[in-house]
This record gives sequence, C-alpha cells and structure tokens, in this order.
Amino acid sequence: MTSSALKEQPVVAGAVDVVVIGAGHCGLAVSRCLTERSIEHVILERGQVANSWRHERWDSLRLLTPNWQSRLPGYGYQGSDPDGFMTMKEVVEFIDGYAEFISAPIHGDTTVTSVSRDEDGYRVETDRGEWRCRSVVVASGENNRTKVPPLSEAIPDSIKTFTAHSYRNPDSLPEGGALVVGASATGLQIADEIHRSGRPVTIAVGEHVRMPRTYRGKDIQWWLDGAGVLDQAIEDVDDIVRARRVPSPQLIGTPERATLDLNVLTDNGVETVGRLAAVNDGKAQFSGSLRNHCQMADLKLTRLLNTIDEWAEESGAASDADPPERFEPTRVPESPRLSLDLHSGQIRSLFWATGFRPDYSWLNVPVLDRKGHIRHDAGVADSPGMYVIGLTFLRRRKSSFIHGAEDDARDLTEHLAGYLAGCSRPSAVSS
Amino acid sequence: MSESVSPVDNGVNVGALLDAREALTAAPQAAQFKWRASCNWVGGTHSQSKVESFFGLGEEQQHRTTFSFEADHPEIFASADQGATPVEIVLVGLASCLTAGVAAVAQRREIQLRSVRATVEADMDIQGILGIDSDVRNGFGGIKITYQIDADASKEDIDAIVAQSAKRSAVYDIITNPTNVSIEVA
Repeated sequence: MTSSALKEQPVVAGAVDVVVIGAGHCGLAVSRCLTERSIEHVILERGQVANSWRHERWDSLRLLTPNWQSRLPGYGYQGSDPDGFMTMKEVVEFIDGYAEFISAPIHGDTTVTSVSRDEDGYRVETDRGEWRCRSVVVASGENNRTKVPPLSEAIPDSIKTFTAHSYRNPDSLPEGGALVVGASATGLQIADEIHRSGRPVTIAVGEHVRMPRTYRGKDIQWWLDGAGVLDQAIEDVDDIVRARRVPSPQLIGTPERATLDLNVLTDNGVETVGRLAAVNDGKAQFSGSLRNHCQMADLKLTRLLNTIDEWAEESGAASDADPPERFEPTRVPESPRLSLDLHSGQIRSLFWATGFRPDYSWLNVPVLDRKGHIRHDAGVADSPGMYVIGLTFLRRRKSSFIHGAEDDARDLTEHLAGYLAGCSRPSAVSS
Repeated sequence: MSESVSPVDNGVNVGALLDAREALTAAPQAAQFKWRASCNWVGGTHSQSKVESFFGLGEEQQHRTTFSFEADHPEIFASADQGATPVEIVLVGLASCLTAGVAAVAQRREIQLRSVRATVEADMDIQGILGIDSDVRNGFGGIKITYQIDADASKEDIDAIVAQSAKRSAVYDIITNPTNVSIEVA
C-alpha cells in the first residue's frame, strides 16, 4: 500500500487522478462516487474520519436532522430509533461505518499544507509528502473557524469568552451571568443549556430563522423533505447569495423532540435583547431592531407553514397528519434592554454564536473572492479540475446536510469524470 | 431583469436598482458614498440647513436643486417656532426612508400600492435635555411607526413588505444602532 512509501517524508507521496481533501461525510460520498466510476483517488485527512464531528462540537450537541434522514450513497441508518437524533458519538460511528463500508482510500493524520496549480493539474503538499493530481475536491468543510465580529476586541478581559469550538459544557463557565451573541441553532442551544446550569442568560438576537421541531405531529424535516423544500435547487432561488447567508434554523435534536425558540427561552427566564451593535467604554449596546427581526422570522415561518399545508393537501399527506397549526408570535419585551455594562459584574462569560467560516489558508490557487470564499458555480470551482462540496446551498438547499452530500457528490463527480476524460485526450485542452 | 412587463407600477425603477446592485458588487469602491448637509445659525434656536452635493460612484454629485430645511423649537420652549424641531426632522428622515423602501420592496414583489401613510410618534422625557435627571437620556425613549397601506396584497404580505423595508433602511439602522460621531471645531 501507499503508506509504506511514506516513511522519511519523501518529496513525492504519489500521483493520482483525484485528491479529495477531508474524510468527512462529503469527502466519503465523493470517494464512493469516484469508486463507482473507477476513478483513481485518495482522501487526505488531517486527523481521523469525521474529524470535525469528533473534536469541534460541544458535548450535548445532537444532529438537527432525524436518524431516518442520515444517509450517504448506498448506506442508511440501520438503528432502531428512526425518529431520534444522533449524538456526536453516534454521528462519528455512522460516518466511520461508512468509511469502512466503502473501503475509502484514506490517508489519515495527513495535513494538507498547500494546494497549488501545476502545469497539468495540482500539487498537493502535506506534512507527509506531496501528491500530484489532475483534479482536487475540497471537502474540508465550511465550519473550520468560528467567526467573531471585530467588536469582540472591545470586550473587557474580565469576561471569559467562548465559541462553538472552545465550549464543551457549562462546567467550564464561571459562575454568574452569561451573554450569548447570536440566535441561530447554536446560539439558542447554548443559551438554553447555560440557563439550565443556573446562570442568568441574556441572548442578543439579530436575523434568525424560527422553526418548530414538529408540525402537525411530524418532524419538520419530514415536511421539508416531502414538500421538496430541501431539494430546491439554486436555480429556483431568487437570490442565492442571500439564501447562502441565512443563519441555521433554530432547531435542537432531543429525545423529547422539543421545540426551542425564543418564546421557550423567554418562558424559562432568558432575557432577549437586540443584535450586539457596539461595545463602547465597556458597555455593550444592543440594536433597537429586535422587534423587526422577530417579526420577520414569524412572517417567514408562517410562509413556510403555508407552503407545507399546501403540499399536505395536494399530496394527500394531510390525511395522515394533525390539523394545521399556527404558533404564537415571538414575544418581545415592551422595551428591550439597549445597553449592558460589561464592567458591572453582571456578565461573567460571553459566547460568540456568530457563525463559522472555512479555512482555506492552505489554498494557493487564486480562486478565493474578496470575502475569502471559493468562487464556484454550484461546486465547480473557478479553476479547472477543482471542486468544492459541503457548503451551504452549494447546489441544493440540502447541500450542507449529511443526506445532501449524495446528490451533490454524484453531480460533481459526473462533471469531474468529464473533465478527466477531456484532459486525457492527447493534444486537447491541457496546453 | 429591467425588461419586466409586470403591470405593477409604484414608480420605482427596480430594474435599475438591481442593475446597480450587480454593478456595485463587482466594483465595491464605487459603492462608497458621502452624504452632507450644511447648517447656518439664523438666530435664537432657528437654523437653516442646506443639502446640495454628495459623493458617490467615484465622483462628486449634485442634487438637481439645493434643498433647504428650517429648524427651530416651539413656542412653549420660548422659541419662535420657525421650523420643525430637529428631533422631528429625524422622524421625517425615518418615515421617509421606510416609506421609500416600502415602495421599492412592493415593486420588487410585484404588489401594486394604492396608498401608503405612516404616522410616527416618539416618546421623550425632556428631563434629559434639561439636565434635571442624569438617569434620563436625551434622546427618544422609543419610536412607534404606524403604517396604513392600501394595496393588492394580504395582511401578511404587507407586513412582510414593511419588515423588509426596515431591514434594508439606512435611517432605521442609524436610529437603532450606535454610530460614532466626531465633532470638531475647525
């Protein structure tokens, strides 16, 4: 096997048609599709299979999609609880099982340090030698780094700050109040968990997506799946740039299939405030836009439920479901707090639930836009033979879901196969 | 995009706005604007402000004409009431910005507007500006805007237009979020 050639860090580890970077669910799905087409490839993985799922998640996190929805090409959930939500340990087992099932050609503990163009393809440098390939699939994920706003520099040192990558559970938090900045799935789950640990919590809420866990007696993902919302393609979206920026819906996966929204947090005693707009002289200032943001989320939720109800009628799914329901509008305080003195001792810890960004620091191919994202057309990167997978709404709304990897992997490997066929023809595109 | 044959006409050239958005996405430096006003003291609390030029799309721009605004305080403040109070002018800015946004969003969503009317009311405890109570802020305690909109659309669609207008409104952002202000004497 190739691994024997890796002793003494040789300059060249190998030459192969395709290098897939990352052995997460997307990289493995691509691998499976390449194998089906007998395309020679390797997967380079900085750690182990499903590395981010193993090491970059907080303890209580479960998938936001039910078990029945967890599937990869040729592989599905086999357990006894299709309606449950996998813990991270179970996700790792699932993806590990898949890697074994497809006999993926993984080179673990191999960190890619540089990808650059070379006359007829790409040069992939790693801490275990260098690979040459004609095509590269970037499946390294989009949540490699947490995004923290510039105003974080003004937070007093006396406050301990956390991100989704540094936080594990409330035990590591100091006693006293916590401020959670951001109201996506991450922000709400962390706010709820910290509040349950007995610490007073304030959550700063900007644009967000409200979603009930269950609707008309079925999981919301069942409806989104059935009504075709998750299969929606980028061509069918009015403004794909905006659609890709939308924060993750306020969902949590629990055995109780509980809904977690701002009303639940308010009922439990969490204080909601507007978006964190500035920190001046140690004072956090919150936007006065909370009401508008909540109203927009309520209106969008109603539109989504209308879509679901229409599909339920047309498809006949309504006959097997509970009657339509509408949820109480988000309760916003009469006059939400606009500022909070961070020196007062009221806040001891702060959690940045302000999003993630990919890490392409190793990518030395000029394909990044001014925001640091790969320029691509539905996963076909703006550099011949380069592909990217696993980004939000890459090709379809489900692209960033585990079960969304399959269709994207099939489409992109089809394109990739065409590319390889094109460049292997003598005197074709290459020169 | 600008070739739309929609019968809806709110007088907003959405095609041009979308084209501009596309052009400025490619050339973000052209999106850097500077807005200006000048203010001359007339006497007492009365001042007159003028707006004539601004900078944008990489060059100096002129309004078609110079606009002027009188500002003063009412008689119960022992002033001559030669114009709206500055805080009222702020409300005018907010309401007119949101209303322009309502027209644009409605056009984009192909909803015909028949009438749009906003009333704005802001609370203020003037113990702040009078220095009576240092716990009271100078500015508004809160602002309430009420829209009455007659359009070919459901209540929900109209609510969504107004909410979207606020989301994209400059003045709404200016009022709901802090802005650094530097004041110098030249």
